[in-house]
Amino acid sequence: MSEGNGHGQTLAEKILARASGQERVVPGEIVEGRVDLAMMHEQGAQTVAPFHQMGAERVWDPDRVVIAIDHWVPASTEGAAVLHRILRKFAAETHLPHFYDVGNHGICHQILAENGWVVPGDLAVGTDSHTNMLGAMGAVAAGIGPTEMAAVLALGRLWLKVPPSISVEVRGQFGRGVTAKDLVLRVLGEVRTTGATYKAVEFSGPTIGRMSMPERFTICNMTTEMGAKTGMVAPDQTTFDYLAPIAKHAMHPMRSDPDARYERTVEIDVEGMPPMVACPYSPDNVRPLPDVVKEHVRVDQVFLGSCTNARIEDLREGAALMKGEKVAPGVRFIVSPASTKIYQQCLAEGIIETFTEAGAVFTNSSCSACFGGNMGILAPDEVCASSSNRNFPGRMGAKEARIYLMSPAAVVATAIRGEISDPREMQ
Amino acid sequence: MQEIIEGRVWTLGRDVDTDQIISGKYLTIIDPNELKKHVFEIALPAFAKEARAGDILVADENFGSGSSREHAPQAMRAIGVGAVVADSFARIFYRNAINLGIPTIEARGVRAIFETGDTARIELRAGVVRNVRTGASVEFPPIPHHLLELLEAGGLVEKVRAELAARKAAGASP
Repeated sequence: MSEGNGHGQTLAEKILARASGQERVVPGEIVEGRVDLAMMHEQGAQTVAPFHQMGAERVWDPDRVVIAIDHWVPASTEGAAVLHRILRKFAAETHLPHFYDVGNHGICHQILAENGWVVPGDLAVGTDSHTNMLGAMGAVAAGIGPTEMAAVLALGRLWLKVPPSISVEVRGQFGRGVTAKDLVLRVLGEVRTTGATYKAVEFSGPTIGRMSMPERFTICNMTTEMGAKTGMVAPDQTTFDYLAPIAKHAMHPMRSDPDARYERTVEIDVEGMPPMVACPYSPDNVRPLPDVVKEHVRVDQVFLGSCTNARIEDLREGAALMKGEKVAPGVRFIVSPASTKIYQQCLAEGIIETFTEAGAVFTNSSCSACFGGNMGILAPDEVCASSSNRNFPGRMGAKEARIYLMSPAAVVATAIRGEISDPREMQ
Repeated sequence: MQEIIEGRVWTLGRDVDTDQIISGKYLTIIDPNELKKHVFEIALPAFAKEARAGDILVADENFGSGSSREHAPQAMRAIGVGAVVADSFARIFYRNAINLGIPTIEARGVRAIFETGDTARIELRAGVVRNVRTGASVEFPPIPHHLLELLEAGGLVEKVRAELAARKAAGASP
């Protein structure tokens, strides 16, 4: 293919060229990429059988493998306990030292982020679809299944089709009460759930440049809902400052060339943009929050948690709104921090006290209510406002339940009023 | 891998995500024969009871979106699904299904030419899916060589096993 010659390369192309030991690669080309970091959560239990069936005798590089259990922590069913035991036994047998087990646990993507496991230039893969979040480090980070992970553990590489890139350029200042979550919902409303399938979504522009790493994690996280192979932000000083004390291996910072070729460019000005909400039953069914507020949508449950929005910044923002208020009668409000470290920060800062005094339940760190398999399950026809990432039928329990995806501030406002609310209307 | 795949069709709509194929409450099940009892519980409730080995799934756009759970194609393999054909697939499902050796074919416009109960005939190398009842057909681009190799090997486990065995025979360290 000569199509790739004569113009610059995107960040995704450069990372995959490095991973495959080539000068340059072009979209559509299938390459074998060396993996810099492989992450498994409970689904990794299904990696063990294929790993042995392949005849593999050892893991290619135990220092590049992280196991972080998060869906059922501590085990809430016998089935989950068995998955955990399979992983512990496998880690012991194959000498995998980096196991974030009960007591040192957190949502797998947050564990990777806060411990510096993914750095600029990496090719990272994980057994969870929201692995895309780590692309915020200036990496290609993608979700894979457990059989594929078995091949990665055995060989240290996997095949990838070089993705075309979509550029999302963002400018403008967020108004009060408007957040990175509202931005990514807005992008979803435009790109839709299939608009980035097999593609890389690269965020850039002055608004992204001013964003903290946690905000970048939130926007890259939900590129999964666009179908993307990875979300990404080119590394800058913010990235380097975040990673300097924690990076686990050498960085290879890269950025797209000025004349790189994008399949599509989406320009967004967040000036004057209202908070957004994704209505049932798809993350791309996005509307301005004030329009939905007018419909007086009563909620039964509110969830502040998940890999998308349960970092300390999210919980601080929520606690600031919650302080001195009460959870509305008849509403169950579940708050679940994204990691044990964040849990400890909440304890030190009085955030747990604020939420529990208001009538919320503050849980141990885990995926919690997000996936409908552990706790906070919805009954038929119940309504939930959630800071998580998916509102498909049956996602959080009964298939008739209705889930509205919003920012942390908006879910707290909703918990206080008992119906879908705009955080800008709160004191 | 068969060159020609023929089977009874079950149709599905667009955006059938993996939660609708195997919901979160079943994710601690490891045994595929248990999993298959719950496949499509939300999207196509009759399927788990009535599907037969060799049946073909025909879906609209964005089939298998959402979670990376391999439980979804594992349950299909346990039933013996002959092929999954869709207008388009989400990427992780596509990889998972091919890795498990399930013929997975992206054919634009395919959903529109089928109804549940029709018979589909897929010619893999020719790149055609035909509705045997109506005679309607759609073409699809050739499956990339790399993926055909995977399917021919019977899936990723078999392919890697052969590669590791060859290395061992050659005396190289993996």
